[in-house]
Amino acid sequence: MADPAPTARVHTPRPRLLDRVGLSVVLLALGCVALVLVGALVYPAFLTPGYILQQLQIASFLGVIATGAMLVILLGEIDLSVPWTITGTAIVVTNLAGSPDGVIADLALPIGLATGAAIGLVNGLGVALFRVPAMVWTLAVNAMLLGAAVFYTGGFKPQGAVPSLATYLALGHTLAIPNAFLLWLALGVTTLWTLHRTVYGTYLYAMGNSQRALFLAGARVRTITVCTFMLAGILSSLGAILLTGYTNQAYQGMGDPYLMPVIAAVVVGGTSILGGSGSYVGTFVGAIFITLLSSILAVMQMSDAARQIIFGAIILAMLLAYRSSEGNAAKAG
Amino acid sequence: MSLLRRNRSLAITVAALAVLFATFIAIHPRGFSTYVLTIWFNQGALLGLAAIAQFFVVLVRGVDLSVGPIIALTNVAASYLLVGSPASIALGVIAVLALGAICGLANGVAVVYGRIQPIVVTLATASMISGLALLLRPTPGGSIDETLSDALTYDFNGVPASAILLAVVLVALYVPLRRSPLGLRMYAIGSSEQSAYMTGVRVGQVKLVAYGASGIFAALTGLYVSMVTLTGDPGIGPAYTLNSIAAVVLGGVALSGGVGSPLGAVVGALILKTISSLMFFSGLPPLAQPFFEGLVLAVAIALGAFGVFQIRNRLELYR
Repeated sequence: MADPAPTARVHTPRPRLLDRVGLSVVLLALGCVALVLVGALVYPAFLTPGYILQQLQIASFLGVIATGAMLVILLGEIDLSVPWTITGTAIVVTNLAGSPDGVIADLALPIGLATGAAIGLVNGLGVALFRVPAMVWTLAVNAMLLGAAVFYTGGFKPQGAVPSLATYLALGHTLAIPNAFLLWLALGVTTLWTLHRTVYGTYLYAMGNSQRALFLAGARVRTITVCTFMLAGILSSLGAILLTGYTNQAYQGMGDPYLMPVIAAVVVGGTSILGGSGSYVGTFVGAIFITLLSSILAVMQMSDAARQIIFGAIILAMLLAYRSSEGNAAKAG
Repeated sequence: MSLLRRNRSLAITVAALAVLFATFIAIHPRGFSTYVLTIWFNQGALLGLAAIAQFFVVLVRGVDLSVGPIIALTNVAASYLLVGSPASIALGVIAVLALGAICGLANGVAVVYGRIQPIVVTLATASMISGLALLLRPTPGGSIDETLSDALTYDFNGVPASAILLAVVLVALYVPLRRSPLGLRMYAIGSSEQSAYMTGVRVGQVKLVAYGASGIFAALTGLYVSMVTLTGDPGIGPAYTLNSIAAVVLGGVALSGGVGSPLGAVVGALILKTISSLMFFSGLPPLAQPFFEGLVLAVAIALGAFGVFQIRNRLELYR
């Protein structure tokens, strides 16, 4: 870093931050390895590169959406409109792509991303301007999106076509590596750079720690909030586009199973739900961990009930493990 | 008059409810009757009890995403336990309430001793509890004692039983919350946990009581769901979680803790239910109703937050 002084003032001292971030990531990575080994006992194909690459491909969808969720959580807010942002975008994109007019069909992906930005704008304005708690406001936005989607489609399965670019991104491979994973890697590098090398990133962490201090320091708190929600909306839409490409369709409620895993991925990755602290590497590994966990539970042919119980128990156990190791570190230090 | 001034925001909410209810009766094809009133109160009582469950956790500066799953689990448990002789039904009710209390306390233990944020704890336990509900009863079914159900879902001399139930609960809660040390400690923790701790409040224990109370009220909701639907359904959870949060906010309970009352939470719940009933009879195309429900909710919340534009010093907006 060219000029470490300004960040040092806002962050906690640098080595400590790295230590803590390192810990949850190390625990998580160990967890991932353990999951793969357990999976391999039940289903030997688990250890083949093909299977692992496929898991990374599926994790990319969760990871892209979790990136947006993490930005909002760093701010100290939360976005509960993720499910119907996903479904809404999918409906818009497939509808436009199915249009007989070639120009409109070509615009499907940009308009899909713009849909996410618009939803994010509404989320951000409610939170920044009206000061409504994000948890409630984004919930209301989610309800409106659900209503709009039901009204528009008449409750039927949305018709249309999937843009070929979405299929290419979600299902294609480059040098045997899934394109979706490459896209997620690129997004991850960009996010890391944004979080640690730009003023915006510094503001994000600062705002999660104390909005009041940041406001007094002269930062445009409202603008930052609105921009962050818009970024999160765009990333949810990007995830939705990948999902339509992967499943080759859009359907009602396709985003519903994503809300909890997305938040779980961010939180298991060590980001504080109160905002202001967390590393993107954690979210990255967190998304992989959550994906591995659900796919192993699926491979073991557990009932849905047992899957939910184990899923919840493992997340809780991970968080408790972080807590206790943090406590020990504090005592030792 | 000073009573009104002190409770201005509650008075506005109650007035809003009155207007909504009058509109509802005006457009209802059957007009005002005990039957309509009973159905309305039954629906309202379901969400009202869930909102009280949410209220207790929000009061001590938490949020409970497992309210819905606890309702589903206790509803499912009730569909096994509420049959047979009056004595066994009574035991069943106690068992269901105890189950709710255990779930609530488990959340509380993870929050207090695990030192994990409430929203994250209840996110994880919500998954576990709805898994349990699904394990007990994979598809909706079971049966509930009909005599008890009839007694609790019809009316006594024109007064809906559910209205009486809500009134009893609210009156019973007033004294412990506003006049007992325990209740005041809950408000104190919500206002400032640190100050409460410094004054000698046993923050952990009081929080545990709040989470336990939340679990009991979620179980009450689950019981009442069984009375209304006469079955156990493991899938009813998610709607209750989200609506209970919306209800407490509409009812003037601050998500930052320490502000609000069970009465506010119940009024918020009744407003939400009236809005969706209004939509049902409004003549809007059925497919457009969910959108307007969401829109009305958003507008109501935004209106409630309109006070921010009267604040002169923007510093006050940021904490």
